[in-house]
Amino acid sequence: MNGLHVERETRLVARVPAGSIARANLVALYTITRREIHRVLRIWTQTLVPPAITMTLYFVIFGKIIGSRVGPMHGFSYMQYIVPGLVMMSIINNCYANITSSFFGSKFGRYVEEMLASPMPSWVVLTGYVAGAVLRGLLVGIIVLGIALFFTSLRIEHPLIALSTVLLGATIFALAGFINAMFAKRFDDIAIVPTFVLAPLTYLGGVFYSVNMLGSPWREASLANPILYMVNAFRFGILGIGDVPVWIAYVVMLAFVVVLSAVALWLLKRGVGLRS
Amino acid sequence: MPHVTPAGDAPALAVENLRKTYSSGVEALKGISLTVQQGDFFALLGPNGAGKSTLIGILSSLVNPTSGDARVFGISIHADRGGVMRQIGLVPQEINFNQFETPFEICVNVAGFYGIPRAVAKVRAEKYLNELRIWDKAFQPTRMMSGGMKRRLMIARAMMNEPRLLILDEPTAGVDIEIRRSMWQFITGINRAGTTVILTTHYLEEAEQLCRNIAIIDHGEIIEDTSMRRLLAKLDVQSFVLDVTGPDGTLPELPGVKLARVDAQTLEVEIPSSHNINALFAALTAHGITVTSMRNKTNRLEELFVRLVERENGKGKVAA
Repeated sequence: MNGLHVERETRLVARVPAGSIARANLVALYTITRREIHRVLRIWTQTLVPPAITMTLYFVIFGKIIGSRVGPMHGFSYMQYIVPGLVMMSIINNCYANITSSFFGSKFGRYVEEMLASPMPSWVVLTGYVAGAVLRGLLVGIIVLGIALFFTSLRIEHPLIALSTVLLGATIFALAGFINAMFAKRFDDIAIVPTFVLAPLTYLGGVFYSVNMLGSPWREASLANPILYMVNAFRFGILGIGDVPVWIAYVVMLAFVVVLSAVALWLLKRGVGLRS
Repeated sequence: MPHVTPAGDAPALAVENLRKTYSSGVEALKGISLTVQQGDFFALLGPNGAGKSTLIGILSSLVNPTSGDARVFGISIHADRGGVMRQIGLVPQEINFNQFETPFEICVNVAGFYGIPRAVAKVRAEKYLNELRIWDKAFQPTRMMSGGMKRRLMIARAMMNEPRLLILDEPTAGVDIEIRRSMWQFITGINRAGTTVILTTHYLEEAEQLCRNIAIIDHGEIIEDTSMRRLLAKLDVQSFVLDVTGPDGTLPELPGVKLARVDAQTLEVEIPSSHNINALFAALTAHGITVTSMRNKTNRLEELFVRLVERENGKGKVAA
């Protein structure tokens, strides 16, 4: 038998019950999500404190100092008007930052191999990382909203719309960040998109102003910005006002979720940037 | 994609015409075939860049094969990747865990990736960290551990899914002899308990002592695939170092035997495997020379390995 190439036909004797695979996948999903949250809390000075400080400065400078000289926007004070946009901005930035640094870090430190060499299907890996990023986004959103309440009063008009918009927006940017991290070969590669793409889109996405104030063609150009839909849908959820119909915002956000999920899963399955 | 349980009588590993050509054009594996039976302790040897790590990478889903197949307990890597991974534990060559996490966290998390509930994972983590003698470091960040401890942690981590096939890619590289021996003891123990083990190592003494069967890979091809005993039997000449007492005058002459004096108390001898070594001792005794101890000049497997690889490179000859 030693050194002999056994050409025996192998048989597949029985199927593993689908239920046990499903349970195993749930355990794996919980493990990744838990690890991600643990990471966020372990380095809380890098993950939770900076957005709180940045947004406090925004509220003081744009809300109080400059905002007091700006007139009411759709019946709300300028401070009240910018709060939803700033909360959404914090959420999407932190989702993106979380998933890019965490997933690229696992590539850089090679411990992504722990997951690649495990039986976990690609969707579990993706969902776990996205869930971790979304949960950080929600934590940051709650902190920023809490800070905003020190500066102004707010009444949430449509809680379900506000919550679903946050979840969809956070998911979109978590997925985009995951794709960025898959392609990234250096730490610079995960800084380029936030600096040159995310920041301009966020600032031009109607956080500080209504796009109805813009003339043509800038208004039409703004409608191509996906962040505009998230900010305005969330603003509608909080204040009951927005520049775009909510249903269009949902269609745009859901389309992004579907397309980005499909791309991320395809890349993960092919092992782009992960397997040689 | 079907999820299957392994066939009971299938080999632990059956590699069939496996090829890997990297995007750089490097042909790392040139259609290799290899079988490892269940329960075996199998050495996969080869010089650096021979293709060992590529083969292990394909088996552990870290490298995509260009063509060919590999079946682990009958499950094809193409048909059911997850099913294959459930059978395998991997100890890679390079340290690849999060250096900010503790050994306990690493083990429990990896068990989670295999779908093992957290309560079970905690018990297993304690068991294997204890068996590998690093439990006292279980709750310290791994970046504070020594190289030997990190190597042992990677073995503990690979055991978390209690694999049927354990693949160790140079697990003892850079580890001192005491720790290396404790690792051998652990690995031998799990092999005796039924786990098939595939070992790559540059310590050929390690492979000779531990492994029953062996394949040597070079330039992406299998150049030897046999049992350790048969391979070592191919060694036609053995070299020994003899510690001696007695007169340091002339040495006996025996046909086919090369005997040389290193110093007054040391002789070196090259003797064909077919020769009776007692004749050498008798001749030395007749010259008043007493042999006080004797050892192999080099590791036998090492000698063969060098010859085989040199033959492949057209530099030397192998008598076998």
